[in-house]
Amino acid sequence: MPAIDVASLVVRYGDVVAVDGVSFTAEAGEIVALLGPNGAGKTSTVETLEGYRRPAGGTVRVLGLDPAAAADRRALLPRIGVMLQRGGVYPSMHAVDAVRLFASYYADPLDPADVLARVGLTGRAARTPWRRLSGGEQQRLALALALVGRPAVAFLDEPTAGVDPHGRVAIRSVVRSLRDEGVCVLLTTHELEEAERVADRVVIVDHGRVVAAGTPASLMAGDARGNGVRFGAPPAIDVAALGARLGAPVVEVQPGEYRVEAASTPQLVADLTAWLAERDLPLADLRAGRHTLEDVFLRLTGGPS
Amino acid sequence: MTPRVHSVRNPDAMYSGRMVAQVGAEVRMRLRHGETLLLALGIPVILLVFFSTVDVLPTDVAADDPVDFLAPGILALAVMSTAMVSLGIATGFERQYLVLKRLGTTPLGRPALLAAKTAAVLVVEVVQVVVLVVVARLLGWSPDGRPLVAAAALLLGTVAFAGLGLLMAGTLKAEVTLAAANGLYLVLLLLGGMVVPLAELPAPLRAVARVLPAAALSDAMHGALSAAGTVPGRAWAVLAAWAVLAPLAAARTFKWE
Repeated sequence: MPAIDVASLVVRYGDVVAVDGVSFTAEAGEIVALLGPNGAGKTSTVETLEGYRRPAGGTVRVLGLDPAAAADRRALLPRIGVMLQRGGVYPSMHAVDAVRLFASYYADPLDPADVLARVGLTGRAARTPWRRLSGGEQQRLALALALVGRPAVAFLDEPTAGVDPHGRVAIRSVVRSLRDEGVCVLLTTHELEEAERVADRVVIVDHGRVVAAGTPASLMAGDARGNGVRFGAPPAIDVAALGARLGAPVVEVQPGEYRVEAASTPQLVADLTAWLAERDLPLADLRAGRHTLEDVFLRLTGGPS
Repeated sequence: MTPRVHSVRNPDAMYSGRMVAQVGAEVRMRLRHGETLLLALGIPVILLVFFSTVDVLPTDVAADDPVDFLAPGILALAVMSTAMVSLGIATGFERQYLVLKRLGTTPLGRPALLAAKTAAVLVVEVVQVVVLVVVARLLGWSPDGRPLVAAAALLLGTVAFAGLGLLMAGTLKAEVTLAAANGLYLVLLLLGGMVVPLAELPAPLRAVARVLPAAALSDAMHGALSAAGTVPGRAWAVLAAWAVLAPLAAARTFKWE
């Protein structure tokens, strides 16, 4: 049984469809990132798993339980840790008091001092009211509150958004250690780098749908189309003629940038450079095979190709 | 943090442990806040001392010892400040900062949160009553009548005012709740028969005041702590109506996020 199981999830706000048939799973000991632009439906999906919203269609299960059903929810809440996109802490409360208070909600919590040390909130920061902490410190406190109850599943909504580089390193390291301890971590991010750095698997969502899913490596390797050859040359070359020569469609994705929609075999590259040489066209740039996750993301979410 | 099968040791002990921690945290936050302390104790004590010692109250009240008129009303005011203003403003900000939302995904649960908030209000009120009774006694107040009836009135008033505070907190933005609760506090203070006797108000204003919870509570307090110890039926009826309607309206309209 997967720790998180989302099947054909639909979430609506009135007439607006925020999530439109999303399916994915996540296992214990795995970090899964929901990656997508703002408004893609990431938070709606996570908040349905947390039990804040009721699915308009499809099913969600966390540890085999239905977060929207009262009895299941009672059994589930002691076993999940939640980090909201912002806030969630009494504004006047000190970090150390907040962690102690949250620890009191759970049967077998971690030691509050250890948790604060783990997220790097010690000394002055531990004794500062929440509203006077920096953005990064607030996020780290929210992370501490999510893990103090020893969750089996952790939901982290944009855990590194607005966090300074030092804080990001600290947060990533905590997230990885949770995974290593067998926790299932589902996080959302709109930043590719974040997903690439921390996630075992990435689920790319856009306009409420899953557009791709897999390990960062498999997404970058891409499908046949994404696996094409990109090159730079003067604008407005005869792509039809080139395509005929290569036996594969060639598109000018933007002026001076081209993509050949075919597997990047050595023969293809040789034919391409030969065709350019015959016409005395300079080759500005040539990339074949592996794409960055950014290429995949932008292609799938309709940004500049 | 290896995954484990939770053998919840003793659900009842867990529940009461959570409650104690939650009530303790809520009370500490209230009492650590300067503005809450000012509202809970500062203003009532200042009003009590000022109007007991400075001769500005109407002559029929001042003829007796003014503190005998003031003390019951100031106790009503103290309950109004804690149950409506402090609770409303704090809850409004907790809603805005998504504290209430976040607590919804802890094992604490909403009923326990509500119970903890109620308990915290009652703890602060007990502190207020003790301090104000001591100050009033020092000013020469000789309480009479039936203290248990007065306590019952304060409890009923707490329910009514907490309902009003949560009605604002659950529907308005936190800053608007802050302004509205303070504004309402001032209006109800002036129309509540707490410092200015209702008899001094012009008749139309007095008619309005009579159906407001503040005047009902101070009427009940004056009655309960008078020599006769009797509370007018109308005061009970108005107070009870607010104690039912305000929390009901709050419960129906409260938005947790």
